[in-house]
Amino acid sequence: MKKILILLFFSVSVIYSQEYFPTNTGVKTSKNTSVAFTNATIYVTATNIIKKGTLLIKDGKVVSIGKRISIPNDAEVVDLKDKTIYPSFIDIYNSFGIQSPKREQNSSRRPQYDASRKGYYWNDHIRPDVNAATEFSFDNKKAKELLEAGFGVVNTHVEDGIMQGNGILVALNPNSSDGYRILDKKSGNYLSFNKSKKSNQSYPTSRMGAMALLRQTYMDADWYANGNAKNTDLALEALNKNKTLPQIFNTGNYLDALRADKVGDEFGIQYTILGGGNEYERIEEIKNTNAKFILPVNFRKAYDVSDQFLADKISLHDMRQWNQEPSNPSILAKNGITFAFTTRDLKSTKDFNKNIQKAIKHGLDKTKALEALTTIPAQIIGKSNVGNLNVGSYANFLITSGDIFDSKTTIYENWTQGDQNVINSKDIKDLTGDYMVAVNGKTYDLTISGKGDKQKGSVKFGEKKLKSDFSFKDDWVQLTINDNDQFLRLAGKIINASNAMQGAGKDNLGNDISWSASKKVKKSDDKKKDDKKSNDKKLVIQPVSYPNIGYGNYTKPQKQTILIKNATVWTSENNQVLKNTDVLLKDGKISQIGKNLSTRGATVIDGTDKYLTAGIIDEHSHIATSAVNEAGHNSTAEVTIEDVVNPDDINIYRNLAGGVTSIQILHGSANPIGGRSAIIKLKWGENADNLIYKNSPKFIKFALGENVKQSNWGDSNTIRFPQTRMGVEQVYTDYFQRAKEYDALKKSGKSYRKDLELEALAEIINKERFISCHSYVQSEINMLMKVAEKFNFNINTFTHILEGYKVADKMKQHGVGGSTFSDWWAYKYEVNDAIPYNAAIMHNQGITVAINSDDAEMSRRLNQEAAKTMKYGDLTEQEAWRMVTINPAKLLHIDDRTGSIKTGKDADIVVWSGNPLSIYSKAEKTIIDGAIYFDIEKERQKRKEIKAERAKLIEMMLQEKLGGAETQAPTKKEHKLFHCDTE
Amino acid sequence: MTPNKNSKFTTMKKQFLYSLVCFLFLGNSFAQQTPAPKQTNDYTIEGGTAHLGNGQVIENSLIMFSNGKISFVGNANMKIARKGTVINAKGKHVYPGFIATNTSLGLAEIDAVRATRDFDEVGTMLPHIRSIIAYNTESKVIESMRPNGVFTAQITPRGGTVSGTSSVVQFDAWNWEDAAVKLDDGIHINWPNTFSRGRWWLGEDPGLKPNKKYAEEVTAIKEYFEDAKRYLSGNRTPKNLPYESVQNLFNKSQKIFIHVNGKKSIIDAIDLFKSVGITNMVIVHGEEAEKVATILKANNIPVIIERAHRLPSNEDEDYDLPFRNAKILTDAGILVGLGMEGDMERMSARNLPFYAGTYAAYGLDKEEALKLITLNNAKILGIDDKVGALEVGKDATLFISEGDALDMRTNKLTDAFIQGRKLSLETHQTKLWKRYSNKYKNQ
Repeated sequence: MKKILILLFFSVSVIYSQEYFPTNTGVKTSKNTSVAFTNATIYVTATNIIKKGTLLIKDGKVVSIGKRISIPNDAEVVDLKDKTIYPSFIDIYNSFGIQSPKREQNSSRRPQYDASRKGYYWNDHIRPDVNAATEFSFDNKKAKELLEAGFGVVNTHVEDGIMQGNGILVALNPNSSDGYRILDKKSGNYLSFNKSKKSNQSYPTSRMGAMALLRQTYMDADWYANGNAKNTDLALEALNKNKTLPQIFNTGNYLDALRADKVGDEFGIQYTILGGGNEYERIEEIKNTNAKFILPVNFRKAYDVSDQFLADKISLHDMRQWNQEPSNPSILAKNGITFAFTTRDLKSTKDFNKNIQKAIKHGLDKTKALEALTTIPAQIIGKSNVGNLNVGSYANFLITSGDIFDSKTTIYENWTQGDQNVINSKDIKDLTGDYMVAVNGKTYDLTISGKGDKQKGSVKFGEKKLKSDFSFKDDWVQLTINDNDQFLRLAGKIINASNAMQGAGKDNLGNDISWSASKKVKKSDDKKKDDKKSNDKKLVIQPVSYPNIGYGNYTKPQKQTILIKNATVWTSENNQVLKNTDVLLKDGKISQIGKNLSTRGATVIDGTDKYLTAGIIDEHSHIATSAVNEAGHNSTAEVTIEDVVNPDDINIYRNLAGGVTSIQILHGSANPIGGRSAIIKLKWGENADNLIYKNSPKFIKFALGENVKQSNWGDSNTIRFPQTRMGVEQVYTDYFQRAKEYDALKKSGKSYRKDLELEALAEIINKERFISCHSYVQSEINMLMKVAEKFNFNINTFTHILEGYKVADKMKQHGVGGSTFSDWWAYKYEVNDAIPYNAAIMHNQGITVAINSDDAEMSRRLNQEAAKTMKYGDLTEQEAWRMVTINPAKLLHIDDRTGSIKTGKDADIVVWSGNPLSIYSKAEKTIIDGAIYFDIEKERQKRKEIKAERAKLIEMMLQEKLGGAETQAPTKKEHKLFHCDTE
Repeated sequence: MTPNKNSKFTTMKKQFLYSLVCFLFLGNSFAQQTPAPKQTNDYTIEGGTAHLGNGQVIENSLIMFSNGKISFVGNANMKIARKGTVINAKGKHVYPGFIATNTSLGLAEIDAVRATRDFDEVGTMLPHIRSIIAYNTESKVIESMRPNGVFTAQITPRGGTVSGTSSVVQFDAWNWEDAAVKLDDGIHINWPNTFSRGRWWLGEDPGLKPNKKYAEEVTAIKEYFEDAKRYLSGNRTPKNLPYESVQNLFNKSQKIFIHVNGKKSIIDAIDLFKSVGITNMVIVHGEEAEKVATILKANNIPVIIERAHRLPSNEDEDYDLPFRNAKILTDAGILVGLGMEGDMERMSARNLPFYAGTYAAYGLDKEEALKLITLNNAKILGIDDKVGALEVGKDATLFISEGDALDMRTNKLTDAFIQGRKLSLETHQTKLWKRYSNKYKNQ
């Protein structure tokens, strides 16, 4: 739909050229007259409104403003009776006038590990030195679109890289030159989690890598600022120079917003955050960032659900978001969060105001909306002379027919720096309405609709629609009516007062006729009907759950006093089984174990014929995380999964349904030295921070074998060191040697460059951080133990450890535990000798053995996987059960808190329908810290609710479609399931 | 684990040094246990709980077999002469050998080693591709099926739209000819998806979107089989090998296995094949098949479902929907079998009894669950005259387990027979177990 507006769109410039520039135009004709706009309703700011006021501007600035101000004699006076003046809008996050960089082609298809830029930081994605002004070229087409949408100033920058450099503030003044319209050539410093398109440098490949890189860069910038570096680094110099600018971070969703804020907090930087529109899903956490937000308003269209087969694929979350998203701004406002709006992510700038109006319909206060477009963005970039019409501010303002957030309002003019840009002529009369046209004794009905010069007329005689042609210009209407092939050609002048028309015309025979039209007065009934129409559609907004997907909790589960009576208790303590036993849970702990217990006020669960155990612990999981591998370097000890825990993963709930209460989310196996772990409890509904164990034991993932030497990564991945097991040993020895030297320097009190990677490795040497090492083949298992012994520490856990059975004696001697798959093998060459008897053999040698999953599906039935050790290796039930409870707890150093049924331990409990190892048993209740997170009875209720909510939302979307709204094709989001080797 | 994805490694490009691959095979060429000789001695199994595989159970049972065939199934209280070697199965359980449908066993050994992968041929319409000739009887993966009771399987090619022709084999054989239980039993087709995945490498959203080419792809299948039909009714010159290979679909002696998900696609597929005169159909995967149960029953079409151990396919689907699948379809009156396609499908096929056990845990009667991997699968493959139940006249393909064979705690085979031949239950894995256990014992 191309809209043709060009004809009426022109600008008149007051400033012609830079004053000291020589000109070739003959006599100097400087024009510096004042313009006074009188009789208008003026919004000086969103809250300071002058009725019937006057605005006086000169030289592109506001000279005075108020009800009674003196107007100089030489001023041009514009009467704006019944019209409104607003400060024009500011788009605070835009790439106006700057071409999006094209992705560098990597012709060799080999990964690039080193930076391409010389003299800059070691990582190409750190580009604080990029200056938007040098890339800027005023874009007339885009400027016109923005001016039409009411914007007068945009903040633009080169959107590329993790640190993106500084932005510039530009007035949308098409007839001026950059020297005038660039209001600030350093308006902010920009960041994101996305890599630069201008470089193929591998690192970082993940969100957590980007976070670690930001941290290291800030620390290096400090180090550099203090004159410690021997080299020149233009990137760090620029970063240090831009420190005082507003720092603006593009996140795109609430999880990343929290992550960015976390990094900022660590370095005393408060970012302003470009959000993604789903901040309402965790409003408390968003509020706690204390950040100002920039919000896009690209609310999604309803899904086309008319095809039931396709509609089934849309997740409840997506449907809910369609329903809830427009409430995001109002929810932020109600929570006292400061925000500005941006046109970013909108397909068409034309939809901007429409979507703001949608947000207003969803509860956003109009004043807040206006502030979010004027004073707030100005405040974010620390400018007092834009976004308001105070004396001295830029004369950037809109002239409108009325309330800027009313769909019927027309923007007439958008003035920038005192230059007029006409959007719709304000002299065009608004004729919309119903008229009775009396001509030749007949009365026709004429309806005029539309805005400005696009007002259209349609004619009816009685109920019959007649072909007609309507146009008007300069107060004259031209109307042709085809009444049964008898043409009436009418011309008439608009009579101002009543919008009545009167004129002359010719009939089909060429006779002169006279005619008149008068506007129908709406009956009060009709008006009410109209009002009712708009009010009829009462908004129904679905409540937010935590997380905001199917099976989320509307209220977070709370600790209860729970008494489970008469159950068979598998304690996981010394193979102990207690029959007909009561267990009391109080204050989140196991309070009492015994017979005939009673406590007042306890929720009693009948455990007759049921089994009670400690919750299952998965030593090796990759659920509940947004990233798993940082594959950009062969060592990434600086990254941590704790940065990227995703509390909204449905697999948390599915794990609960399988009796799992704690997991270690491990980094993947893309490199010999991987990232740090997150150890979490599956408290479904809590935020990421609340999932992570308090005082969590520190762990890190190491990996051996085919994955770290990239054996299965394809032919182009053959250049990263190491490519052989021989090289892997050297990686370890080298890093530990460096860490040892680093630690010694650090402890010596001399100045040192803080290195996040070596910090983590030094912790290992100092026995403060434990290694869980992905491992398959005996040779390298043996090797790593020897490397550790050389540096005087122990490997804590070998995970997977498929050939552990071949070196079980050596493992026992070293004191390392094993966490293995029950029966996986044959998926690659190094698991050719993997056997399901592995757990039993290692166990029989006295090693602490756990059964792990590495898989979102297997983790929800680890009880069955443990049972396989009874088939393969003849372990007893209790031995098998310990492999998924107390043994992994020991390996994770959380056995003092969980993993067995013992008084004083955390109330992490599962009630099973039968023998926990039996394939026929189900987890019926899963309790963490004394709160019930999974209840098979409530599960049935939740299913019903989900079904009903889906039906309700589908009905709402059908209504939207039948009401004529645009829809989008159904889509299904694919959530990536991670394994060790997921890139 | 997602079905329809051949393996977690197939997407990775890899090429190994030829010498490495050579080393692999030379180094391990002593793979499988020596196949047992033909049954000459009679056997009697007495006192066990016999799960017949047809839904019946006989406590304290008496089972006898001679010359590879079952000669008696009854109660041990019966006073008849016990033939040959008597095995006391008191306290134990007797089962017919388990049958896996839709597997690619023997067509690949190690997923990540390309040289060992023989299941996916290049091309789109490949009915003439025959799995049986690539079937490797020496596969160590196949050997590992036997200690879990899985003795028979349909070997199915993957890939393409029409993937090729499958055969049914038993797991104790010198070569593929010996192994064959039923040659060229069916032709497999991968039905187009109504949804297509975004091409993320082109910057598209990786989620699912309606497949705009669905109708076009269905039409291509229709035209192919209509063309084949015309060819087969003519003088067949010049010879068209692919069309020749589908002739048994039209004379109904061969089945078409339609790998398809979603009610719309299932209806489309049935309509299409009926319209070209192919009526001997099996639905494979069959997500949402319960919603078209009436149509399936009316056309006598069974469904081969996937393993129970998989995740729900949609975020807000019931967490246990995959576990309840068998119950839902069985209740709808459909003949249900259990197949094995998707992530790690070959090495995980030994878990077949545990998938059946999980289906039992979530509503299906235990003996009904057993039928999924015995008589139902035999019927679907058209081999129920030979295997699938402990019934007189059928092959003596059976085993004794210490306990419930659908539960991993108690699935422990003591004796096993294929066609009356006594199987070794040793494997590469049991050998390593014993070797290293002995190492530590002797230290």
